[in-house]
Amino acid sequence: MSGEHASSTISAEVRHVESLLEARGLLEPGEIDTRIDEFLAGGSPANGARIVARAWTDPGFAERLLADANAAIREVGLSMAGGIQEQRLKVVANGVGADGTEEHHVVVCTLCSCYPIALLGPSPSWYKSEAYRSRVVRDPRGVLREFGLVLPDSVAISVWDASAESRYMVLPRRPDGTDGLSEEQLAGLVTRKGLIGTAAV
Amino acid sequence: MADRFAPGDRVRTRSVDVAGHTRLPGYARGAVGTVVELAGRHPLADERARGRDAEPHAVYHVRFAAADLFGAGDHSVVVELWEDYLVEERA
Repeated sequence: MSGEHASSTISAEVRHVESLLEARGLLEPGEIDTRIDEFLAGGSPANGARIVARAWTDPGFAERLLADANAAIREVGLSMAGGIQEQRLKVVANGVGADGTEEHHVVVCTLCSCYPIALLGPSPSWYKSEAYRSRVVRDPRGVLREFGLVLPDSVAISVWDASAESRYMVLPRRPDGTDGLSEEQLAGLVTRKGLIGTAAV
Repeated sequence: MADRFAPGDRVRTRSVDVAGHTRLPGYARGAVGTVVELAGRHPLADERARGRDAEPHAVYHVRFAAADLFGAGDHSVVVELWEDYLVEERA
């Protein structure tokens, strides 16, 4: 019955449109696959971890990263320009803010599944699930608890909904007792969930 | 074109349920929030989804108190919204 599956119909339609665009000379044969490969090439949470480790060890970089992430990540050889146009990257930092309140950030796309793919690679399946997308905006404390992250009531939570053109990444708080670690060792501590905000690091 | 809003401005989102594609999430309709900062300028997604050319319009990060969106919750939600969805909220 797989031939009647909705996605097969869509796939056939997409292939048809692709072949029309190629026949009319608007696309080179295979151009879409090439562009997708280019877009995904090198996208991995290791990139985000490298950015975080640099921010933890270089306060000047951290400041530039929070002010203009697109410019700052070029300093470590990364870019949000892999797609059709450069996407704006907004980095939000966990930790104690200017007013003395500790803040924790978590990222979602409630409308679809927007995610900094060019930087972090394909998103995890739970990020695209209806359950995560609908619940984390309403009850982030409860959802984070299910991820094993229990935050004290004193920690203010901000949920960032990627509802337009920006993509978000969380800068986790540097764990205690990591003073002796190198930048590379620090990068090894950072997880994909930490970069989305569903884990502390 | 000068930006309509600045960080700290109080804004109210559109309350009507428009036909077709929009990027104003349903949970943030008719709500009052505070502008965090400008997030660039982009053609309005609603227009592009209808196959129309659109001039870039300002997009803002707007912070809402969860209690104002859902009637409960001590967190905040930051939504990225085109200026087209926003009107100034007078105190």
